[in-house]
Amino acid sequence: MKQQNRAGDEPGLGSSAHAYERVVAAYPHGRFVLKLYVSGISPRSQRAIENLQKLCEQHLHGNYDLEIIDIYQRPMAAKREQIIAAPTLIKTMPLPVQRIIGDMSNSTRILTALGIVPSTNGK
Amino acid sequence: MPSAVKSRKLARTTRTLAGTDKQLRKCPTGITGLDQITQGGLPWGRPALICGGAGCGKTLMAVEFIVRGATQFDEPGVFISFEETSEELARNVRSLGFDLDDLIRNKKLAMDFICVERGEVEETGEYDLEGLFVRLNYAIDSVKAKRIVLDTIESLFSGLSNTAILRAELRRLFRWLKEKGVTAVITGEKGDGSLTRQGIEEYVSDCVIMLDHRVHDQLSTRRLRVVKYRGSTHGTNEYPFIIDDQGISVLPVTSVGLDHPASTNRISSGIERLDTMLGGKGFFRGSSILVTGTAGSGKTSLAASFAHATCQSGGKCLYFGFVESPAQFIRNMRSIGLDMEPAIRKGLLLFHASRPTLYGLETHLTVMHRQIEQFKPSVVILDPVTNMVNAGLAEDVRSMLMRLMDHLKGKQITTFLTSLTQSGESFEQTEAMISSLIDTWLLVRDIELGGERNRCLYILKSRGMAHSNQIREFVLSRHGIELLNVYLGPAGVLTGSARLTQEAREQAEKSAGKQGVQRRRVEAEATGKALDAQIAALQAQAVAQALAVEQLRTEEQARQVQELADRSAMGRSRSADIAIVAPSSPVITKPLKGGHQ
Repeated sequence: MKQQNRAGDEPGLGSSAHAYERVVAAYPHGRFVLKLYVSGISPRSQRAIENLQKLCEQHLHGNYDLEIIDIYQRPMAAKREQIIAAPTLIKTMPLPVQRIIGDMSNSTRILTALGIVPSTNGK
Repeated sequence: MPSAVKSRKLARTTRTLAGTDKQLRKCPTGITGLDQITQGGLPWGRPALICGGAGCGKTLMAVEFIVRGATQFDEPGVFISFEETSEELARNVRSLGFDLDDLIRNKKLAMDFICVERGEVEETGEYDLEGLFVRLNYAIDSVKAKRIVLDTIESLFSGLSNTAILRAELRRLFRWLKEKGVTAVITGEKGDGSLTRQGIEEYVSDCVIMLDHRVHDQLSTRRLRVVKYRGSTHGTNEYPFIIDDQGISVLPVTSVGLDHPASTNRISSGIERLDTMLGGKGFFRGSSILVTGTAGSGKTSLAASFAHATCQSGGKCLYFGFVESPAQFIRNMRSIGLDMEPAIRKGLLLFHASRPTLYGLETHLTVMHRQIEQFKPSVVILDPVTNMVNAGLAEDVRSMLMRLMDHLKGKQITTFLTSLTQSGESFEQTEAMISSLIDTWLLVRDIELGGERNRCLYILKSRGMAHSNQIREFVLSRHGIELLNVYLGPAGVLTGSARLTQEAREQAEKSAGKQGVQRRRVEAEATGKALDAQIAALQAQAVAQALAVEQLRTEEQARQVQELADRSAMGRSRSADIAIVAPSSPVITKPLKGGHQ
């Protein structure tokens, strides 16, 4: 499974590379596809949503799709996407796929991890 | 957060009422022996930790807990794996006869693989493990699980770096599982100096079971120990366990009990004259019998004889041979007139051959235990126990045999052990130092005399019965084992040719003696007759003597009368006036008594 995971990078998007290619092709180049998995309307969830929305508006200027998923409502999705921590942000586009957990309070880290701001000191 | 708090509370109330009110409610694992050690199973509705090093059987025990729960106790389960995917796990346990796919299809099992990879995740700020909780909750609810396994939860620590959050979340997880009312099993890798690497699982768990896989002298033994069990007593020893095609079996044999029943029933040794030596009836049923002796003194033959007799009387005998293969054993015993094959065919005799070095002592014990459980014999033979020393230290062998014998005695199974005495060792000492555990101890030895070695047997002890103190020679003939008559010579018991010589000599002496008596009788008779003759002669002499005396007296009277007459005549002739005085005594007397006139 670990090998499979590395090869496919994202088990949720289907195991075949072909299907994955199609998903990639469907999106305009450079557009950010973000999924935020939160646990209900806890203060931490709300904080994460607010922080992320603010950050996206500031740096991506509408060049993004953000989906917010409540794992309480969709536990199957949590299983499929291998969600352990909440909140978890998954950037599926552009590649590489990146996972970020936490309440999105450290904006510099997020921007580096998303590849919006080039990394200066490794991370 | 979806919860079933109300239904859980209700469930707990009814369960408490149903169960024994004071005892902690337990969740049977279904694993052979483990429920005995834990006196009923794991704490119900609480987390338990199974910890140990790599490859000690943690995952397997956890899987068995889930599978047995689903199949035997109608308690569906959830298996959360952090290390293996569901497919890998299903494939791995298939060899043990666990079909996980089938259980999943029948809604008895839900599985989830939680993939944690280091360096994949960026951490920005606070988070919790609600994702994990949601997935567990989903899995539990999907099959209405009563049991859950988290294998191995510490993997989380390798994927997430904020240990403070993780520790707090794990505590919350255990609390949550308790509230859910599921019996949880968590597995944990052994850490340095602590039971788990993170040192958290053992504190939040209500029961900790430690598994161990030790190698001593290149022989491995798996062991299990209940380290803690909140609110319940439990066996505290290390118990050996085995993993075979039927899963895990733990051996709960302990040496604590000395309360086994004592039977007065007797069981034949298979040798009639040996039975006679043992108070006329043989061994006690359920007792332990030891045969010690040097190489080639006939220990195995005695054991086989006993096995044969047991099977002939319809009993079941389990024979553990540590030196011979079954075929070899059958061939060899046929040479002394014991055909073991019919008994094997009838299923009365089971010959289990294995090298002592095949695995560690405890594993041997567990395997034997399992065989005994399955075969249900009335007699168990171990031939020879001394070879067990190859598989462990003498002290361990003793402890193992003690536990085995306690177990067998408890079940009223007669145990027959043979033990090889090395040359130069004391005869009355066993290498395995088990003599004190033995009820009946037969000693076989070779006696060298007159250029021969001959087999002898005697009863060193036999508790609870009058027994012979003789040293008996026995021979292995084509008709089995025969005990011979006793011949004692000046140098001790005589055997072999010396015995035959003695036998002949005794025969000769016996006939010689008979002749002597006859001769003496004739002599005595002759002497008696001679004496009779003498007596008759003397009597005749006495009569003659008496007659002579009478003769003399008659003559004397006649002479006196004559003298008187003569004197009167003389006086008359002289015309003397002297009156003649008549003699005072009568002139004529009666004849002498007994005399002949």
